[in-house]
Amino acid sequence: MTDMTLQRAAGEVRTDTAERVAKGLKRRYAAERRFRTYGLIAVCTALSFLAILLISIVGKGYTAFQQTKMQLEVHFDESIIAPNGTTDAAALAKADYNGIVKASLRKTFPEVKSRRDKRALYGIVSGGAGYEIYKMILEDPSLIGQTKKVWLSASADIDVLIKGQIDRSSPETERRVKDNEIAWVDRLAAQGAIEKQFNTTLFTAGDSRDPEQAGIWGAVVGSFFTLIVTLAISFPLGVMAAVYLEEFAPRNKLTDLIEVNINNLAAVPSIVFGLLGLAVFLNFFGLPRSAPLVGGMVLSLMTLPTIIIASRAALKAVPPSIREAALGIGASKMQMVTDHVLPSAMPGMLTGTIIGMAQALGETAPLLMIGMVAFIVDIPGGPLDPATVLPVQVYLWADSPERAFVERTSAAIMVLLGFLVCMNLIAILLRKKFERRW
Amino acid sequence: MSEALETTIEAGPRFPAGDTEDAPVKITARNVDVFYGDKQALFGIDLDIRKQKVTSLIGPSGCGKSTFLRCINRMNDVVDGCRVDGQIHLDGRDIYDRKIDVVQLRALVGMVFQKPNPFPKSIYDNVAYGPRLHGLAATRDETDEIVESSLMRAGLWAEVKDRLAEPGTGLSGGQQQRLCIARAIAVSPEVILMDEPCSALDPIATARIEELIDELRRNFTIVIVTHSMQQAARVSQRTAFFHLGNLVEVGDTEEIFTNPREQRTQDYITGRFG
Amino acid sequence: MSNEHIVTSFDADLNRLDNMIAEMGGLAESQLARSIEALCKRDVAAAERIVPADKRIDDLEEEIYEFTVKLLALRQPMADDLRIVISAIKISSVIERIGDYAKNISKRTIIIHKSPALSGALNTVSRMGNLVQGMIKNALDAYIARDADKADDVRARDREVDLLHTSLFRELLTYMMEDPRNITPCTHLLFVAKNIERIGDHTTGIAEQVHFMVHGKMPADERPKGDGSSTTVISPAIVENGLDSAQP
Repeated sequence: MTDMTLQRAAGEVRTDTAERVAKGLKRRYAAERRFRTYGLIAVCTALSFLAILLISIVGKGYTAFQQTKMQLEVHFDESIIAPNGTTDAAALAKADYNGIVKASLRKTFPEVKSRRDKRALYGIVSGGAGYEIYKMILEDPSLIGQTKKVWLSASADIDVLIKGQIDRSSPETERRVKDNEIAWVDRLAAQGAIEKQFNTTLFTAGDSRDPEQAGIWGAVVGSFFTLIVTLAISFPLGVMAAVYLEEFAPRNKLTDLIEVNINNLAAVPSIVFGLLGLAVFLNFFGLPRSAPLVGGMVLSLMTLPTIIIASRAALKAVPPSIREAALGIGASKMQMVTDHVLPSAMPGMLTGTIIGMAQALGETAPLLMIGMVAFIVDIPGGPLDPATVLPVQVYLWADSPERAFVERTSAAIMVLLGFLVCMNLIAILLRKKFERRW
Repeated sequence: MSEALETTIEAGPRFPAGDTEDAPVKITARNVDVFYGDKQALFGIDLDIRKQKVTSLIGPSGCGKSTFLRCINRMNDVVDGCRVDGQIHLDGRDIYDRKIDVVQLRALVGMVFQKPNPFPKSIYDNVAYGPRLHGLAATRDETDEIVESSLMRAGLWAEVKDRLAEPGTGLSGGQQQRLCIARAIAVSPEVILMDEPCSALDPIATARIEELIDELRRNFTIVIVTHSMQQAARVSQRTAFFHLGNLVEVGDTEEIFTNPREQRTQDYITGRFG
Repeated sequence: MSNEHIVTSFDADLNRLDNMIAEMGGLAESQLARSIEALCKRDVAAAERIVPADKRIDDLEEEIYEFTVKLLALRQPMADDLRIVISAIKISSVIERIGDYAKNISKRTIIIHKSPALSGALNTVSRMGNLVQGMIKNALDAYIARDADKADDVRARDREVDLLHTSLFRELLTYMMEDPRNITPCTHLLFVAKNIERIGDHTTGIAEQVHFMVHGKMPADERPKGDGSSTTVISPAIVENGLDSAQP
């Protein structure tokens, strides 16, 4: 074939190809558009579910951040508070502050006479109002003997009423709040003595039977101690195990077996770890029940596989050229790992750890098994004190029949979600900051 | 006829590469076999590396030149399933002897790799790592001195002296490779091994490294593996041609490239390989 | 030198170089043959045709020179390829000299033809010319075939040419001493003889270059020489006494 014919043949092939490609193009672009639409639909569906979840939670929970308070004129009667003139702490603690509250109520509604009505009247104020008075005295002992208008927490039922969650038009027998109570509250409201204030109790108090006195602080502190213990155990163990498996372990069947088992552990249902904790930590070793120490130990068993897997991936991502360079300059294997490989892999390890911690924060089932489901009122002081964790607190409140707990449950969920989002954000930021391009 | 003019013309400097047959020997390899599992990669290599000369190892891909290079500083030890038989002596001592500490060997025999691989640390720390590791610098001043002199010898000092704290990975390719060379010479080795050091660099960076090699040769023994025959011709005094795991021919570079003894060598360097 | 390059265009280039050398050599060979024939037959017209034909040889030398420079720059030849290219440069310049000598011979033919016959001398010249022609042909064949043995053989034959030149030198000196009218033609013939002898030396140079090209080294031994003309002396007494052979 001469050069000319070759060229001509090539030219014909060229235009033929162009035509065929052009024909197929329409189909290809249509397929692409379809694929993109499917993706968009999937994303929108997922987002809408997320939106529904968030809206329902926030919708139910935002009201919990406010607590109804009523302003009453209170006489800090020294005959009740300090009858013998002693103002030391022990004496102050024993005084009948509820009596002061009751006296104030009687003064505000002098027309209430019958015993039943009086009980109902006393019921519109929170059971912890006396304690609130006590705290005011502690802060400012000079109040003794004075008469002042102070804000006291309303009871849970009144709180619910003011927040509009009780239907006033329903028959009285079906309501928790009776007509006379409504009348008193309305009178106070007309005087401007009813106000919704920010609910600090939610964030500062421990659990309580009374919803208006219940707070998540105990659960938060419990979660904190539990996570500290989890971190302290699982991070070093996980990192060291990953380093050993990745760098030093000989490649034989035993190592393969270990690897398979670790991967499987990550898929074990979390309640199994709870059972393990119950059997070994509580029954065999006799550690205190319900303590964050035990909870931390159980959770670290759970997060260990996650951390090991993430750390191994981070170690694998360190390019072999760095290792070779370190060895070439005369570093021993240990020095190569500690001076070069670990620092480079650390961001990835940290990210994995934070994600593991975020998972641990939200775990409930294993902790139920080791007893962190008890009703704990006091704020735990250390890892050995009985405590509960946020997710368990949510579970307990969700179980409770009181109306006021509904909004508080949602509020606690919001707080928990907030923590989780923060932790994941930190993980993402860390990863972005330290992401290296080799 | 008058007497011949009594001028004696002194023999001028010989071609700088010069005859290397009489240079002292730094490294001897005798009957070296290397196996990767069951597959044999090198067959009975006998090779002398001469002191303070540049020896280049050439040959087609997969011929075993890099494998041989990595035997000299025992980097093949980290490869699973790699077995080295035979003897390699550095200054008369067998480096595969059980009593030899590999870490110490690698302080005497430095290596520069094909793809520049500075540590993800600052430029200063890159160069200072080796001396600190081996205890060659006790005080900050000593370290500073070693870093400065190494960077100067590598021809990089002028370009980085104001930014020693910046990460080494932020330099250009040629600069990174010179940094790796500085890092290698900071521990004052006796031998420098280079595995295709310029293959990832542009011609100007390559030329600078070749110039650097020429300067370094005054103090170090250099063994360089290269795919480019022109580079081997420019840079080395001795050339060894490997083919399929065998050492086919070794000789002075000028001889190899103008009049090789073996037909295989000639076929390779003229591009006639079948 | 056996198999082909992977990049076939390199082989094509080397072939082209060989062809140019062969063409140039063939031209020089024929120029020499024709100039000696013109001299012996005293054919002025033929001699006049030879002079302008030399230009083609000069052009070829320039062409080869440029081509080899290009080859060196673009191909960076090594080992035997390098020796081939370098040899081509040297050989082409030698062949150009041979062409010039042939041209010189024909120029002198135009002058000599008027003179009386010097058939004895012309015979020797013709014999020398044939020998040298043979040497040129074999040397160029050896180059194309990359045959060092053939080249070494050519190298040995230069001695004969030298010996012929020495005896011709003496013969011409004798003629000149016999009859002053012979001086002009004999002097020109001396130059012609010298030219042919020089061509022989140059051809030996080509042969040595071929040896280098094949073996990578110049031939170790000294060139076999036989040229005693630089020390030849003829005394007038010998001529008067009619003695044939003269000794220095």
